[in-house]
Amino acid sequence: MRIRTSFLTVFASFAIAIVANAQTATPEPEPAPAPVPPTDLVVADTPDDAGNSVEVDWQLSGTDIFNPLNTDAKDTDPEQIVAVYQVERKVADGNGDVVSEEELNWRQVSESGAGESHWTDRSVKRGWAYDYRVCAVDNQGDKSPWCNAQGSVSPTMQMFNMSKAWLAIWMILFGAFIAYFINHARSGKKLWVRKIAGLEAIDEAVGRATEMGRPVLFVTGIQDINEIQTLAGLTVLSRVAKTAAEYGAQIEVPTCRSLVMAAARETVEAAYLAAGAPDAYQPDRIHYLTDEQFAFVAGVTGYMVREEPAACIYMGGFYAESLILAETGNHIGAIQVAGTAMPSQLPFFVASCDYTLIGEEFFAASAYLSGDPLQIGSLKGQDYGKFLSVLVLVIGIFFATIGSMTESDTDEGFGTSALDYISNNILGSEGLGSFGGGDTDIEGDDS
Amino acid sequence: MKRTVPLFIAIVAGFVLLIANFIPYAEGWGLTAQEWFNILAVGAMVLGGGNLIKLHLMKVSGQRKGWGYSGVTIVCFFGTIIIGMSKFGVHPNALYPDYAWSGYYLESGSGLWWIYQHMVVPLTSMMFAMLAFYVATAAFRAFRAKNTEATLLLVTAGVVLLGRTYAGVWLFEGWLPESMLWLRFDNLTVWIMDVPNTAGTRAITIGIALGVVATSLRILLGVDRSYLGQD
Repeated sequence: MRIRTSFLTVFASFAIAIVANAQTATPEPEPAPAPVPPTDLVVADTPDDAGNSVEVDWQLSGTDIFNPLNTDAKDTDPEQIVAVYQVERKVADGNGDVVSEEELNWRQVSESGAGESHWTDRSVKRGWAYDYRVCAVDNQGDKSPWCNAQGSVSPTMQMFNMSKAWLAIWMILFGAFIAYFINHARSGKKLWVRKIAGLEAIDEAVGRATEMGRPVLFVTGIQDINEIQTLAGLTVLSRVAKTAAEYGAQIEVPTCRSLVMAAARETVEAAYLAAGAPDAYQPDRIHYLTDEQFAFVAGVTGYMVREEPAACIYMGGFYAESLILAETGNHIGAIQVAGTAMPSQLPFFVASCDYTLIGEEFFAASAYLSGDPLQIGSLKGQDYGKFLSVLVLVIGIFFATIGSMTESDTDEGFGTSALDYISNNILGSEGLGSFGGGDTDIEGDDS
Repeated sequence: MKRTVPLFIAIVAGFVLLIANFIPYAEGWGLTAQEWFNILAVGAMVLGGGNLIKLHLMKVSGQRKGWGYSGVTIVCFFGTIIIGMSKFGVHPNALYPDYAWSGYYLESGSGLWWIYQHMVVPLTSMMFAMLAFYVATAAFRAFRAKNTEATLLLVTAGVVLLGRTYAGVWLFEGWLPESMLWLRFDNLTVWIMDVPNTAGTRAITIGIALGVVATSLRILLGVDRSYLGQD
């Protein structure tokens, strides 16, 4: 009986202690405040595309320390600072296609870092309609309320890339000039083309090699066959090989790409055939060395030092190896002719070679050497294209001058607007746009 | 036929890629063409490698001048192929530990990696470093004041060279009046690079761009077929 009494006493005191403790316990801490949500979510079809992307833009959250409008960034509650933005998407209309359950519900499609207010969704299907929403998430994983886009967006395909409208106009104009002059030449009218000393020197160089009984070295650059400079180099090779075949000189063509070797062999073989010396053609003289830039240089310069070719001709795309090749050629006393469209390598060739074809001269070489009226006609068209470019430059300079004279703080003036249109639209990538229309609006013209 | 088919392929591929540049629907065609090109290039690589070996074997068998170097080339060629293909020193991929050859062929510490890091890279760097000496010899020749243009070039180069170093500032310290600071070499260098140099480069670039378009059109229209071995 006594034991039972003491047990009840202990139990009662224990129960009273628990209740008292419960009454005096500190209250549960309030949940950390969620970040301020991003605002103004705007979704739009990407202009000038095949209908496979959507542009998603929002205004940064007020507790994003990278938000330029958040002037009190230092005082932002650390628990509210935005870590990432989560973008969710769901299909609003499948355009008659079967849409999976997963696609019909909200699901996360992107997570952008703090300070980022733009994302391009490239996983959409053309013709479907999508809803988007975005929220800010802090470092604790607390999410802000969602910011929903106003209405759905449906990615659509544009028939023509309007941002390249001016490029198309230039190409048509330029093509028309060339076509006109090719036609003009076809009718038998003589076209005058200025003498290009570097190309005139090619015959002299091959002749010298023949007299000295040494080979002619021809390098087509280090680019592959899909580069226009290599093709331009091969067209010159055709003429050089024909001259070499006529003179009885040997031509050596080391290549840096296997496909270039195959193409160069065809070119040289046909040139020897055209010159009436098919037996003199030696395919092994057109050979592959290596794809590695400086290993190729080592191979070619080694050949130059050993065999001492009398003429070295470099026509194609070159990089840092240009000077090593040209200086080695200079050292062995070869007559050197170079042509490239790499502006950074031109000074090296000019310094080390006897003749250098600068940029457009290099591309004109094939037409010039062939003497074919049709090709010469294309050169004439190229000149008119250049005239047009100079005209645009002069007009641009004129408007820049007018703009700087008339511009005030409040009014940009006609000159500045015209200059902006020339640089951003005519020469830039903003398409036809509108005169004085300012920056491109990504939600703009979808036509 | 041997010339007509390649010409036809070149013209069709060229026009298709040109149109693809302006039509969003066809924007992926360029990538497809690039894939075709890569496949062709891989095939041609065998052709190139075969040609390389054939020429060097002929040189060794004929014991022609410098045949020893050809021997080294052949040994290196096959050595690299064997080490690379056998994945010598490559550990199996963690996902497929039972497959000895499942690792990445250029894994750090592997045989091919060693060849690349300790043979190819130093040799390439050595060739590149030689460029400095070639620049010096070319500059010596280019800057000789033979005529007015060469003298102008020499003076300009001198100003830019000094302007790129502290000497451009130091030479004028203490005596040049504030109003003449634009004459300091570092300031003149900025002007030379921004105005005459940029103008000249742009003129060349515009000419190149037009030349590229004209050459492309000549090839696309079949006017210029010399790259196929035709006049």
